[in-house]
Amino acid sequence: MSRQDVEDRTWVSGTPRLWVRHPAGCRQCPGCHHPIIERLIADVVGDLGVEDDTVFITGVGCSTRAFAVMDFDGISTAHGRAPDVGTAIKRTLHGRPVVITIQGDGDCIAIGAGSLLAAVGRAERITVFMANNGNFGTTGGQMAPTTLTGQVTTTTPGGRDNSTGFPMHVPELLATLKGCAYSARGSVHTAANYQRTKKLMKTAVQKQIDDTGFSFVEILSACPPDWRLTPVESLKWIEEHMIPEFPLGEFKNIESIQ
Amino acid sequence: MGERILIQGNEAVCLGAIAAGCLTFFGYPITPQNEITEWFARELIQREGVFIQPHSESGSINMLYGGAATGMRVMTSTSSPGWALMQETMSHMANAELPCVIVLVQRGGPGQGTTQHAQTDYLSATRGGGQGGYKCIILAPASVPENCDLVQMAFYLADKYRNPVVVLTDAIIGQMAEPVEIKPIDFGLLPPKDWAIGGKGYRPDHQRRVIGCTQGQVPTGEYTNYLSLMRALDAKNRQMETEVRFETYMMDDAEVVVVAYGHVARVSKEAVNYARQEGIKVGLFRPITVWPFPYQALRATAESCAVFLAVEDSLGQMVDDVRLGVEGRAPVHFLGMLDRHDPTGAGMLLPGRVLEEIRKLSAEVKV
Repeated sequence: MSRQDVEDRTWVSGTPRLWVRHPAGCRQCPGCHHPIIERLIADVVGDLGVEDDTVFITGVGCSTRAFAVMDFDGISTAHGRAPDVGTAIKRTLHGRPVVITIQGDGDCIAIGAGSLLAAVGRAERITVFMANNGNFGTTGGQMAPTTLTGQVTTTTPGGRDNSTGFPMHVPELLATLKGCAYSARGSVHTAANYQRTKKLMKTAVQKQIDDTGFSFVEILSACPPDWRLTPVESLKWIEEHMIPEFPLGEFKNIESIQ
Repeated sequence: MGERILIQGNEAVCLGAIAAGCLTFFGYPITPQNEITEWFARELIQREGVFIQPHSESGSINMLYGGAATGMRVMTSTSSPGWALMQETMSHMANAELPCVIVLVQRGGPGQGTTQHAQTDYLSATRGGGQGGYKCIILAPASVPENCDLVQMAFYLADKYRNPVVVLTDAIIGQMAEPVEIKPIDFGLLPPKDWAIGGKGYRPDHQRRVIGCTQGQVPTGEYTNYLSLMRALDAKNRQMETEVRFETYMMDDAEVVVVAYGHVARVSKEAVNYARQEGIKVGLFRPITVWPFPYQALRATAESCAVFLAVEDSLGQMVDDVRLGVEGRAPVHFLGMLDRHDPTGAGMLLPGRVLEEIRKLSAEVKV
């Protein structure tokens, strides 16, 4: 990654229109990508002009507090259960709200795998954004289902080996399910990827607005303190280790479920 | 007098919910409550309501969390193993202060236990089975008409206190049929649900609302820190403790007092009738709210009567509350599951066995 890329990242600072100054704050660590992803959500909702209809749901993890800082309706949920809660909000109000969740990889595909897959199975018209940092960030960097082979975490101190399984590829998995209308993976570690990911996220929400089916975007996310790297080294680590395992791009994009 | 129809207890739950304006139901199949889930699946389509069959009881309760957050009246029903799966989010709802109704049609435990009647979830229900020490009002109907009425009351109490309310029935109350007159009950005015979410554009003030099960940690509501939340929940619990309801039968001169809830209260009532024919001074005390338990009323009774008999279809759970109420003023005896008439899951506590125990205790009182 070039120095220019790193410098370009500074332009993502500033406050989005739909951001509320709240004592809860975001409270994330230096170099964390969660605030960038949350900012993208605020921007996407604003760009699509659906803030009056949006209900934003957070799971349990580093994104929990995000529901307090968006200038649209928000709710936090039990660990991993955001798709269940989102389903109920969407359907109880007969499809009116735009339902968006932000969950970590642990929340989404470890404890929440059942809820997620069931929601895709029912083709719920909700959008799930999953921040993938390859570990459980909030609790101090334990192994997650997305931890890379060889990656050192506090519960794989010798590096993840085959005895603890293999990294889960969530958007690829969801793309195989009929209820899924859109699934993609993006990253925010360079300015170019930030722009691409914003587009993916916008398309995902648009799929929901168009009543096509379930939509999902995974976003690779740096976790410098738990990776024991500096913020800049983390960007390099995403480029060199995560992207070869987790390829970026769209895995499914259909106009209607047949 | 309206029309009386012959229906099952589980069906009465559904009609009570409809009478209370609940048109949103989430339910996962489990015996012996399947009639409720199937009824809503069939009937809500015609009423333009919302029915979802989730992937587990954990799914049901979290959908209930989402549905309740929109301000609609929402309900789920389950039986004992499913009840266990719901505990986590019951606790989250108590934190987030979301009103909803959960119908627990008890079956025998522990584990898979039986698919037939029992009263083995009393402690789990009344003590807050989930984490963190929350409280919920628990209503225990003892007849099919009461199923219908108490479900309506449950919705009212849930909205009044912004807290989950549980209707604690069992397989016998759920599956037996009795004539019921379905009528909506007016419990009075409730505050508007200004806190509900669903899109800020649909609100007159155009301001966002946030709901969190993180209250005490993330200062989204009026509670700035953990203790301010706990203080508020404590005040709410004390308010809910005033919602005590119970029924007494033949208590005026009773020396022996039988305490029972749910279908066992019906069984005990019959035993009391037989005993009265034999001249035994016996009465029945039936808690309708098992949380808050009618401790004070029971204590007052203990001043004038000689002996208590707690009858329940378990190894002994409600009997603890009877002892807490009586506070040592009178002896408390227990008749439980081991005195059923048959060793299989179909075995029941029958009036004859309760009568036998009443005779024994009455004879002791005379000595």
